[in-house]
Amino acid sequence: MSRRLSVLIAIGLVAGFLSGMFGVGGGIIIVPLLIALAAYPPKTAMATSLAAILFTATAAAAAHANEGNVQWADAVLLGVPAVFGALIGAAWHQRASTRGIVLAFAAFLALVAVRLATE
Amino acid sequence: MEHLLAAFLGVVAGTLSAMFGVGGGLIFVPTLIFLGSNTHQAVATSLAAMIPAILVGSWRQTRYGAVRWKDATVIGIASIPTAQLGAAAANDLSNDALRKAFAVLLFAVAVQMAVRALRDGGSSDSSSGPDPPSA
Repeated sequence: MSRRLSVLIAIGLVAGFLSGMFGVGGGIIIVPLLIALAAYPPKTAMATSLAAILFTATAAAAAHANEGNVQWADAVLLGVPAVFGALIGAAWHQRASTRGIVLAFAAFLALVAVRLATE
Repeated sequence: MEHLLAAFLGVVAGTLSAMFGVGGGLIFVPTLIFLGSNTHQAVATSLAAMIPAILVGSWRQTRYGAVRWKDATVIGIASIPTAQLGAAAANDLSNDALRKAFAVLLFAVAVQMAVRALRDGGSSDSSSGPDPPSA
């Protein structure tokens, strides 16, 4: 197995474990790891992370749905507006400078950390 | 009124998700608890609610040329079994100190990323993909 493939698998394993354990999304873990360990440019790391968590979220949601925990009316109430948000977010991502988006991401990450610590 | 606020927070969560490549649970979960879910229901519903936004966001980013799908697939599939392990471990431990340690680590990563971005300037991402399609 190539070193690169091992690194990607390791990132997935770690991101999955930490997100399952602490209930945070895998994305905040995948993005810094792709930049630090796989030499990803920051914007590519964010876009690729989004695609990666599609798998994670789908598998986890399916497991939860089987247990009957998904409240579908609320999922629609939040999920449909979120699609419009995704169009806005992708457009902002594409227009932003690398420095600007990394600083914004860092601020977001710090916010997640504070919330986690004070929960 | 409650529903209007929820819809607005849905837009915000979707925006953050596509912009940063994250899930949006940070906003979804507290919103759902506010709407009356318990924690289990909120996590489950949040996961289901974010899937369409992640799908649309990934599609837009793919058109922009910034998604490395092969890598994303490897990472995504590798994360599925350990996510369940992590959730099981959390149920067993529910360790407050561990969560705080993880929060400190995340905060340190945030600071490090910000410092590097400020030092390097904005020029390091020229290889992030082709220019946005003009058509």
